[in-house]
Amino acid sequence: MSALEFKNISFSYVPGKPVLEQASFVLNKGESICIVGPNGGGKSTLIKLALGLEQPETGEILVFGSRPETMRHRVGYMPQHINFDPQFPITVIDVVLMGRLGAGLGIGPFRKSDRAAAMVALEKVDLADISTCRFSELSGGQRQRTLIARSLVGNPDLLLLDEPTTNVDQTIERQFRETLRKLSGEMSIVLVSHDLSFVSGWLEHVLCVNRDVHMHPTASIDGKTLQEIFGRDIVAVRHDHDCPPGDHVHHHG
Amino acid sequence: MASELLEALNTPLNGFLRHAVIAGLLASVSFGMVGTYIVTKRITYIAGAIAHCALGGIGFALYAKHELGWESFDPLHGALIAALASALLIGTVVLSRSEREDTVIGATWATGMATGFMFVKMVRRGGVSIESWLFGDINFVSETDLWTVAILSTGILVLVLLFHRQFVAVCFDEDFARARGVNVPLFYLLLLCMSAVTVVVLVRVVGIIMVIALFTLPAALGSRFARGLAGMMVWAIVLCALFLVVGLECSLRWNITAGPSVILVAAASYFTVLLIGKIRACRRVPSTMPGKGDAPPPD
Repeated sequence: MSALEFKNISFSYVPGKPVLEQASFVLNKGESICIVGPNGGGKSTLIKLALGLEQPETGEILVFGSRPETMRHRVGYMPQHINFDPQFPITVIDVVLMGRLGAGLGIGPFRKSDRAAAMVALEKVDLADISTCRFSELSGGQRQRTLIARSLVGNPDLLLLDEPTTNVDQTIERQFRETLRKLSGEMSIVLVSHDLSFVSGWLEHVLCVNRDVHMHPTASIDGKTLQEIFGRDIVAVRHDHDCPPGDHVHHHG
Repeated sequence: MASELLEALNTPLNGFLRHAVIAGLLASVSFGMVGTYIVTKRITYIAGAIAHCALGGIGFALYAKHELGWESFDPLHGALIAALASALLIGTVVLSRSEREDTVIGATWATGMATGFMFVKMVRRGGVSIESWLFGDINFVSETDLWTVAILSTGILVLVLLFHRQFVAVCFDEDFARARGVNVPLFYLLLLCMSAVTVVVLVRVVGIIMVIALFTLPAALGSRFARGLAGMMVWAIVLCALFLVVGLECSLRWNITAGPSVILVAAASYFTVLLIGKIRACRRVPSTMPGKGDAPPPD
């Protein structure tokens, strides 16, 4: 069974201006992909569709063979932006516990088992010792890892990460990549990034999204192919996130 | 120095004062809890609009009572209906994202007040004034009001105990809450309705115009002292009760109207804490400058 399947998905926020058109791809269970593409190309929309937060105009989306809304308990999610109020008084463990919402009866305070799961998730990202600290007092990297723990606390089989390393420095990014590599053995990971340095060994495929989608096996991606996918050189891609449609040549492996 | 408030409470004739104090203490629970959500969600202006809309209901209830002969229609019931209606209206518009949020809030705010004044002016019988509703008047807190306050506060307490985790998620990160299957629109509307109910609970004591301060100031102070939302709630409840009691004490001691007295006590505490925070921050800066000592001095 596939972890995530898009069948001929079209979607637009404004009628007549499609964000995705006839997008189809299959992500097999246990496989991981990196989604790349220009800003406004539909990367985040794709994640929202996979979560059932947006509904496609045409086509069908399957998460573990069922509708996305019914599979949320098996999916972990880390949003691109969090409209985080710096004065919001909340502890690290309480942020992580939000990932347990939707499990169980859903009323009353969180149970002991929820708290235990939150501590396990925090241990995975090396933050167990600061679980009672205020979230706003953490460094950028620690916040990022807290949000990863929040997406992991429900023991997901599919992890959707929307540009998780925006606003963190390179050291944190390296650590983060290592964390993901370890996790990729336990679950399928869909990682949105406009940083191509993520495209590395443990990711089976690269999904290039720009209204339509094209899956490339990572093995086939070398410097030359990247240039062909993104046009010009990679430095330009990283810094102005440019992916001109005219230069967009696809190689299907 | 003996407390004027304690002395007055022991005077048998001062039943109204006892009611006001009990109402205030009961209402502190709702104010602390709902205020915490409202402040962290940054929607105090919506709570302000809801409070002012309650005036429309009060005005209509006074008109209905005196001109239409609806004897059992209490202004507090009118306030509750109008506040709930405006909460649902504003909430629906905000959720639909179809109109400019602040414009709709402003329009609802003004409509509520205009309706209230219009109906009160239509009452021909003398002695009916809306002033006590605008600024509060503890002489008006009856035993029936006390029961209303008790029931409404209990309702809010139950909702918070049941759905605290959903409210926290909606306040902190709506998108994530939605992705976890939380019915965000439902909890958002529920939160606004709880604000509406809370506003009505204390309108008698502090009045419509100033009630928003009791919503925000205790919670805002609580957020400075607490690490998490639960702690912030406890702080907010305690501070709200304290402001009410100290405010009433000042009111009796210096013969000031109770509503403004309570609000000024709350505001003075808030600004004092802000000021102390600023002074501390300024003192800390030089010590962290390079070459000026390694550690900040102990507080």
